[in-house]
Amino acid sequence: MPKKSGRDGGARRAKSRSGELRTVGHNVARAEGVEKVTGAARYIDDLVFDDMLYGATLRSTVPAGRIVAVEKDPQFDWTGFVFVDHRDITAPGRNAVAMITEDQPFLAVDRVRHQAEPIWLVAHADRARLAAGLARITVRYEKEKAQLDFETATEVLKEIAIKRGDLDAAFARADVVVEGTYRTGAQEQLYIETNGVIAQPGAGDHADGITVHGSMQCPYYVVRALRVLLGLPEAKVRVVQTTTGGGFGGKEEYPSVLAGHAALLARKAGKPVKMVYERHEDLIATTKRHPSIITHRTAMKKDGTILGIDIDLRLDGGAYVTLSPVVLSRAAIHATGPYRADAVRIRGRVMMTHTPPNGAFRGFGAPQSQFAAEVHMDRIAAELGIEPIALRRKNLFNTGDVTATGQKLHDSVAAHEVLDRALARHAIATKAAAKARGKTAAKGAVKGAVKGATKNGAAANGAPLRGTGLALFFHGSGFTGGGEVKLASKAGIALTKDGVQLLVGSTEIGQGTRTMHAQIVAESLGIPYDMIDTADPDTARVPDSGPTVASRTCMVVGRILQRAAEKLRAQLGDYDDGKSFKKRARKLLEARGTVEVIEEYERPGDIVWNDTTYEGDAYGAYAWGANIADIEIDPISYQARCTHFTAVIDIGKAIHPILAEGQIEGGTLQGIGWALYEDVVMRDGKMHNASLTNYIIPTTLDTPPITVEIVEHPYKNGPFGAKGVGECPIDGPAAAIVNAIRAATGKRLDAVPATPERIMKALV
Amino acid sequence: MKLKLHVNGAKHTVEVAPMKRLLDTLREDLALTGTKEGCGEGECGACTVLIDGAAVNACLVPTCQVEGAEVRTVEGLASDGRLHRLQRAFLDNGAAQCGICTPGMMMAALALPKKSSLEQIRAGLAGNLCRCTGYMKIYDAVAQFLAGEKR
Repeated sequence: MPKKSGRDGGARRAKSRSGELRTVGHNVARAEGVEKVTGAARYIDDLVFDDMLYGATLRSTVPAGRIVAVEKDPQFDWTGFVFVDHRDITAPGRNAVAMITEDQPFLAVDRVRHQAEPIWLVAHADRARLAAGLARITVRYEKEKAQLDFETATEVLKEIAIKRGDLDAAFARADVVVEGTYRTGAQEQLYIETNGVIAQPGAGDHADGITVHGSMQCPYYVVRALRVLLGLPEAKVRVVQTTTGGGFGGKEEYPSVLAGHAALLARKAGKPVKMVYERHEDLIATTKRHPSIITHRTAMKKDGTILGIDIDLRLDGGAYVTLSPVVLSRAAIHATGPYRADAVRIRGRVMMTHTPPNGAFRGFGAPQSQFAAEVHMDRIAAELGIEPIALRRKNLFNTGDVTATGQKLHDSVAAHEVLDRALARHAIATKAAAKARGKTAAKGAVKGAVKGATKNGAAANGAPLRGTGLALFFHGSGFTGGGEVKLASKAGIALTKDGVQLLVGSTEIGQGTRTMHAQIVAESLGIPYDMIDTADPDTARVPDSGPTVASRTCMVVGRILQRAAEKLRAQLGDYDDGKSFKKRARKLLEARGTVEVIEEYERPGDIVWNDTTYEGDAYGAYAWGANIADIEIDPISYQARCTHFTAVIDIGKAIHPILAEGQIEGGTLQGIGWALYEDVVMRDGKMHNASLTNYIIPTTLDTPPITVEIVEHPYKNGPFGAKGVGECPIDGPAAAIVNAIRAATGKRLDAVPATPERIMKALV
Repeated sequence: MKLKLHVNGAKHTVEVAPMKRLLDTLREDLALTGTKEGCGEGECGACTVLIDGAAVNACLVPTCQVEGAEVRTVEGLASDGRLHRLQRAFLDNGAAQCGICTPGMMMAALALPKKSSLEQIRAGLAGNLCRCTGYMKIYDAVAQFLAGEKR
């Protein structure tokens, strides 16, 4: 590795596990680290533009209804206010949020289909006046019947079917058929920085264009949405990502809506307009993880062999389509869990309800469907009287096995290895914990504080119930099926006199994009990490590298950058080190003015996918995971608490081990939060607990020690073998915890979040 | 109303409503935007600053209350372009990911007793939410910093 980075020089924990690699596999200094620890990093709410107004949104307060009138209080002083409603969207612009379909309006026209749906936009230079004014506008409705429960809903937004083998024959041959129904709740991404943008009239030389700065994952999604809304060509729309305080999917599609709103206000006012949501508004208005209900029917041989899997999967889409079809697709493809079966049938549907649309959230449907699969595995084990680990080993994917979509798993299959490693790591941790507990127990006995036995599952005298649960899972990296071909992502490298600059539309949202991409390019070019600079994510400068989602930023975009680096290296000819690189670079720049290599995604030849029949290679590669949860339940309060968590994930190659561990630890804890604490309470179609006081995410005190091990089964088409890392870790924790609760109590829960109320209901 | 404030060792006079949140005074009147707002109700800790050495949520403190007190924000950590040892520990250990909780988290860590055990670190940071890291790397960073303080 480069001995010392000029940027923040903080790579003390470099490990030598990377052999010949000098940068990849080493813990180089985080690219934007210094700005973040000094408070110098500028997030959207830290920016103030000259003559700027503040914008706010008038939202529906009924889940379904016809808008009869919107009325401003005539007694109020409306001086300095700017108003926008749907009539301000004029041809060639369209009142439609450009996503998979165009069913969602930016502003309601005559009907509202969910609570908190935007109706009017209001702006003023003074925030207090703005809030006062907003409160003086009333909407009169003719209420309509609202469908709020997706389990009884009948309108289907999207349906897909996956079929493989002869299911009837499998069930006819079965010794036992095991059936179970599983439910998961909504979850809020809860980035600590709320959604926010600033729109300003004009883009570069185009006075009639629009520029939007903001917190977001996908600047080019926002470009597309603004083009449709305003009827502008691409040259007149510029989007700049500002330092972004977390995304987790919650800033994948939603910023398109918010950017559109701010743009409408800015164009009408002729001034910059800032819209930054307060936490309450962010919680009631923005997307959440889709709630799910999933039923499994499994045809089993007595010896524990799975013959056939029949799954019915429904998601709560909310009022509009947003990204639900692709969330459904990923949920369905992962619905079997990492297990083979000759016959599979998966029916998936997204139901329409009169609730705010649900959308992207880390895992994208796979956490829901693999929760069901893994809790169901424990149910099968119990019904067959087979040990859960043995049952899993018997059916777990090996190289050469075939998935539900008929994908033959050629390489990088680590399902067994992650299980073995997790069991080994858990055994070590358990030993240590027992030793520590022994000490505490001995101490406690002296003080008379130990009241009862702490044996697995056996409670006496108010001692906690303890249990351990397992979950195995996998996660496809990159867009599903032909998605990457359609995206045709571009990324590249520009030569500078001091090194190179990366031109990439992928965003840094905390996961380490900038650092990891720079490492891949430094390694590929054979130059020090600190010679790599990254252009700001400004659509006027960087190409469309596809969205920063779907665990694709390293494996897919990183590979494009690697190819660009290889091409650039060939153009430069021989050089031995950074110094001679610079010499050659300057020469080439003198001769050509600018030197840029932009590469486009290339489909690896062995990936084949049929979008009509839903058959083929759903993903280029899968990450593999194993989780073991140790939990205890207070027998009086029924509060379950995770006491230790083991997460072993195969990601192909850790480009930056500390960053990769950070992804696994953070994703794991977000999964633990979903499993135990995070409960979106809906009343009349609106989030009722929309504040951080009562929507609970894990604090330090709720967080168990998390043991992480990274397994590296390289994928031949990933940069230096890397696969995706961001999402896989959140696929397993909920199932591991619910399985642990069953081990502790002997009772099935079959749902998350496992709140004390739910646990009590199961136990009493 | 004119208020005299002591922030990061410098004296300021600001003309603000006495009940204006300290968070807004810092961000708007003193342009110290390193202190962040995550919830506005004292739950997330993103706005944590030190008031006479104690970690406090700046979104819950009226500006008039800190007259005469010493306020310290993230901007007061590095000096002469040299990072504070806690900042370096956050960088070394990967404790800052998206970075939005980082300033508040560091200010809370500075209020911990010098010889804090892991359990005391956990308890002391319980008022600061982080959604990225799972907290493990933050413990590593704070422990590294405190170990250095002991020497």
